[in-house]
Amino acid sequence: MRVEDLDPPAFRERLRGEGVRLRTGPFVTSLRTTYKELADAIHCVYLDHEIEEGGFADFHVAIVPPRGIRRWIRSQALFLLDGWPLFEPYPGDLTMPLFEWGLNWCFGGAGHEYLILHAAVLERDGRALLMPAKPGVGKSTLCAALAHRGWRLLSDEMALLRPSDGMVLPIPRPIGLKEESIEVIRRFVPEAKFGPLWHGTVKGTVAHLRPPADAVRRAREPATPAWIVFPSWRRGVPARFAPHGRADAFLRCADHGLNYAALGLRGFETLAALVDRCRCLEFEYGELAEAVAAFERLASEPAG
Amino acid sequence: MAGPLLDAILDPASAAGLDAASWDLLLRQARAGKLHARLAATLLDRGLLDKVVEPVRARLLAYATMSDTHDRGARWEVDRIAAALRGVDTPVVLLKGAAYLMSGLPVARGRLADDVDILVPKARIGEVEQALLAHGWQPLKVDPYDQRYYRRYMHELPPLRHARRHSTIDVHHTILPETSRLRPDAAELIRGATPLRGGGPVHVLRPTDMVLHGAAHLFHDGSLDGGLRDLVDLDDLLRHFARDPAFWDELLPRAGGLNLGRPLFYTLRYAKRFLGTPVPADALAAAGAHRPGRLALALMDRLVPAALLPVDPDRPGGGFRRWLLYVRSHWLRMPPHLLAWHLSTKGLKRLFGKPG
Repeated sequence: MRVEDLDPPAFRERLRGEGVRLRTGPFVTSLRTTYKELADAIHCVYLDHEIEEGGFADFHVAIVPPRGIRRWIRSQALFLLDGWPLFEPYPGDLTMPLFEWGLNWCFGGAGHEYLILHAAVLERDGRALLMPAKPGVGKSTLCAALAHRGWRLLSDEMALLRPSDGMVLPIPRPIGLKEESIEVIRRFVPEAKFGPLWHGTVKGTVAHLRPPADAVRRAREPATPAWIVFPSWRRGVPARFAPHGRADAFLRCADHGLNYAALGLRGFETLAALVDRCRCLEFEYGELAEAVAAFERLASEPAG
Repeated sequence: MAGPLLDAILDPASAAGLDAASWDLLLRQARAGKLHARLAATLLDRGLLDKVVEPVRARLLAYATMSDTHDRGARWEVDRIAAALRGVDTPVVLLKGAAYLMSGLPVARGRLADDVDILVPKARIGEVEQALLAHGWQPLKVDPYDQRYYRRYMHELPPLRHARRHSTIDVHHTILPETSRLRPDAAELIRGATPLRGGGPVHVLRPTDMVLHGAAHLFHDGSLDGGLRDLVDLDDLLRHFARDPAFWDELLPRAGGLNLGRPLFYTLRYAKRFLGTPVPADALAAAGAHRPGRLALALMDRLVPAALLPVDPDRPGGGFRRWLLYVRSHWLRMPPHLLAWHLSTKGLKRLFGKPG
């Protein structure tokens, strides 16, 4: 079953009651919430995602208001993992950012069967493009554009690398965009479907973009890492690739590792194998259309 | 009301064949009891992980990795603590998790502890605190009430956290609160401690005292929340130490000498009852000299299973019985007037204190 098989009221009802077991890539999250606006937002941007019936869930999550008298003073929401709050109470009108943030935390903090890098991942002809980046360099904007222009979205947020064979596993989820990026993508990808706007987060106004249905349906197809690209956006600069040293690429990837240290030697070996098999590049851009064209040329180059 | 978690602890091989839905409940109980990494490591070590259904195997593998990460971090932490205290002329006795790990005891496998606990002589605690502060540790509880509470009534400094590594250390000068009804002699514990291989100031309690400390911690100091893990620790320790034939003969007199006969009595009673710990009949009889009155024992027999054994994660019950144990734990650790003041201050702060 998929989320789209339930209409919003039925989905809401499930989330209030027995909960929904939402599959994102290899992870299944059992989710409950009493918030209507969160249920509707998830329904909108996770529309093509699978719902598991019974079986095993990796994470048991509830997003609920705190008990006690504080809830009457100021609206607050808690992200509960196994019944325990993962963070301090969060503003009650920002439940979707809390949900997305909390899921990242769950996966990054416990998904140690993989080496997890904070990176956008896209695929073309079986070859995966990894873009590790700090917030604010235009990674998500670029990823959202490429995901609608010939590249398959594996993830906007995390690269799951399987230590046994070095393959990268898809974990397609909504792409979080902030401030001006929201308008940029609305104009660049008119067919894109956004969830509601969330005002006043740490990152300003945030909206979530529904991932392409095809990317979600192909979430069990891993890809072979081929490129590591460090993107950066600067107003007015022409789109341009430049080679990036392997040793430095290794260090920057390790720096973006959500569980690199936790994996110890296995993390080191997995990352070394990744960097060895990839072309490492920097990429600078000012205009999305130019960037998409540049990546089109990159994809047409032969492997190796 | 044994439940899947107890079954899995008693017989890990039986867990390997469970279906996905059974694992779902089992792992939720295991995480609640902080026994998930232990279960994962046990299955991995016995070569049973391959028999576990696919999505669960990956999760267990991740838990086993967490356990390795934890052990690596804890060893480094002990190394750093020893370096920080190099200039202080004092023995440093590791307690609980760090001690089990550094002594290479089987109980350490898969045991995720949050912090390192050390015991130092009361006369040296000021110097120890200063040395740790000078090496990057900082007070975690900055609230003046908490600071005062720890320093006046507790058996430890307010927890210190390292500014860069974010690891916490609890520095104890005895193993039960100053105000507690039982007063084991900390100096005697330190005198009896054995140095770690390689010498130096870092020690661990000797086997009898490790058990007695665990017993005191579980049955006299805490509210038994998450107590199953502590009881499993004690079961592991007892089974391991009992390979030395002299162990039981030393344990009972030592318990009496340290004024810890009562907690040892409870430990042997409930470890045997729930985990099948092989306790020799004469040891059990000797511990019986420390049993409480009939009414108190009947009450404990009712309350302890409620606190120790896992609950259905979807229907957490036993609230009243757990609350009674919480009050009991405080009753044992401080006189009534202090208890009333402490509980009301804590309660008011919970209600009105500012969030975050």
